Amino acid sequence: MELNDWIKNNTIHHSQFWDIKKLVEEKEKQGLKISLCLPTLNEEKTIGKEIVMFKSELMDRYPLLDEIAVIDSGSTDNTREIAATFGADVHLSAEILPQYGEKKGKGENLWKAVYELTGDIIVYVDADIKNIHPRFAYGLVAPLIYRPEVHYVKAFYDRPLAFSQGVRPSGGGRVTEILVRPLFSLFFPDLTGLIQPLSGEYAVRREVLDQIPFPIGYGVETSHLIDVYEKWGMKAIAQVDLDQRVHRNQETRDLGKMAFGILRAFLFRAEALGVIGDLPELNTLLRQFQVNDESFEQIAYEIVEEERPPMIDIPEYREKFGIEK
Amino acid sequence: MSCIGTNLGFSMDTQLKTIAEILALLPKMKEGAAGIQETLIANLIMLSEIPAPTFEEEARVKLLLQRMTECGLQNVSTDEAGNGVGIIQGKDPSRNILLVAHADSVHSEKTDHTISVRTDKIIGPGVADNSLGMAALATLPSLLETLGIQLNANLVLLASTKGLGRGNLDGLRFFMDNNRLPIDAGICIEGAQLGRLSYTAEGMFRGLITCKLPEELEWQRVGESSAIIALNDVINRMLEIPVPRRPKTSIVLGAVRGGKSYNVMATQSSLRFEVKSEGSEIVREIRGRIDDIVADIASKYNAKIEFEVVSIREPGGIDVGHPLVKCCRQIMEKLDLKPRIFPSISEVSELISRNLPAVTLGLTEASNLHDLNETIRIQPIYKGLAQLLAVLLAIDGEFCHGTE
Repeated sequence: MELNDWIKNNTIHHSQFWDIKKLVEEKEKQGLKISLCLPTLNEEKTIGKEIVMFKSELMDRYPLLDEIAVIDSGSTDNTREIAATFGADVHLSAEILPQYGEKKGKGENLWKAVYELTGDIIVYVDADIKNIHPRFAYGLVAPLIYRPEVHYVKAFYDRPLAFSQGVRPSGGGRVTEILVRPLFSLFFPDLTGLIQPLSGEYAVRREVLDQIPFPIGYGVETSHLIDVYEKWGMKAIAQVDLDQRVHRNQETRDLGKMAFGILRAFLFRAEALGVIGDLPELNTLLRQFQVNDESFEQIAYEIVEEERPPMIDIPEYREKFGIEK
Repeated sequence: MSCIGTNLGFSMDTQLKTIAEILALLPKMKEGAAGIQETLIANLIMLSEIPAPTFEEEARVKLLLQRMTECGLQNVSTDEAGNGVGIIQGKDPSRNILLVAHADSVHSEKTDHTISVRTDKIIGPGVADNSLGMAALATLPSLLETLGIQLNANLVLLASTKGLGRGNLDGLRFFMDNNRLPIDAGICIEGAQLGRLSYTAEGMFRGLITCKLPEELEWQRVGESSAIIALNDVINRMLEIPVPRRPKTSIVLGAVRGGKSYNVMATQSSLRFEVKSEGSEIVREIRGRIDDIVADIASKYNAKIEFEVVSIREPGGIDVGHPLVKCCRQIMEKLDLKPRIFPSISEVSELISRNLPAVTLGLTEASNLHDLNETIRIQPIYKGLAQLLAVLLAIDGEFCHGTE
């Protein structure tokens, strides 16, 4: 598929799916089960609102979601308590498949959700969204319900303020524009069609989720896109404009850590796929500067992008879902 | 109606014969309210996150109407004043009960309206005043359906605009002037405070005094005069106005503004104040005195001093022995609420002035009112809604009719 055609056909605005009643009818016709997963780590300010909104609008009012689950990395605030109060299933990541140990990172929670949640479609929504709205879930699920060839739906956010001319810049955040887009342009040009490849909201079919590995940290989104693209092609990917998303802003230094993690995950993928040659052993330390009493000193952060294998390789998973190897 | 499919499995016989029967149903009503918690809070979030400063309530009202339409309400509409109205049809179309919540809030659209939901409380600007009241309007159709309540009278749900400050209750006044429904009684709902019971209105006016000195004289007259000194004279003279104890009367000097910096003569100043009294004659008299003071000082300082009345209410009310008040007190006592009775200058005063029996009820416990971290407690809302339902049933069963 030509990239321009893909952008035209597979970039959709959420307002196309305003008729949730119709969406639910279609979902029921196909006998689909849909799970919402909210990965959390200390999100007490926003988690309650997200759950109340999704439960009221997409469970009680329109039964689109069959399950709302919080997978928590061990919050030290009231995140789990608040989530349980408003009726979400709350799981500690460490308690899911404990025999495989506990690793720290959002990707770990997403991977464990594949085992714990039962839906045919899992929609992941970050728990730090301030302006939560039901569209964050139904907008992502809808293309999967209406278009069987689509397997992986990614959110992007683009709400123009006042613009007098027809052309205006668009795209992702700093890490996307400075790191990921240049990398995709060099090695996977088709994937540059994604406007915000790093957004934390996406809906995916189970048969895709259980076939791909999960980097446990920052690299999970980038790695997923490359894997889905390699296995199923661009036609399996779609992106939905969810208008505006309000969340906390990150410091440039934190984005540095994120970029480091993404770069490691990217290089491993590229090497495994034979896109680049063999890599030397990659360092796991990111070094940043601070000034202490007029003298410069380095602080080193260890960022290891470990990876969880495809869930289908885990015997407990195959047993739970009755899948023959 | 078809709103939310979660019928809690009990149906209420609305042909209730005595108040005691209504009181006996209060625990069930509380349970019903707790059962639709998520719907109520979701409505609250969506309504509250849309800014609705006085005169700019349109978007918030539009969302409310959309929610009402989704619930299958009849006659969902808006009027020239921007009020939002939805009617839940009763068995007897000749009777109507009015339920009002003001749609406007004290926060400007520049304020971050984000809400945070915690285990036992909800935090955000305007959640109590009056997003919770609006959310109750939006959720009541579901609540009635869940409890299997069908009223005899039509229930008119009104989100009134232009209520606060300069709005001067214009939205509600327009509705009352122009709607043709015969109304039995009215209930005004406010987020705060649970236990509130207002059935009388105070006489009140709010005034703005502005003082301007000619700009070009600024450099010549340093030390000689200023808008602040002139306003200070006005204030001193206002403080000399005798304020009687009976009827209970008060003058509150609310806000003073003026001047630019340390060493620049002030050419502008303003005073915002409120006069309240249980006696209408006193209010008129004080207003006349302030007119005189302003004219006198203006001539003395060769300044332009203006006195503008920005809003006004007539005193009145129903009697403490009125059956509606009695019913409310009985219901509150049954819910272990101590009624806090005080006269009001809000929506209820407009209804009372039209000889309509009306009360204001609060829905929950709130703190930090009108701050950015305005907070409401979730648990008491169930009680607040049970109270509201019981009062509705009491009016509907005609237990609240009678002479004053």
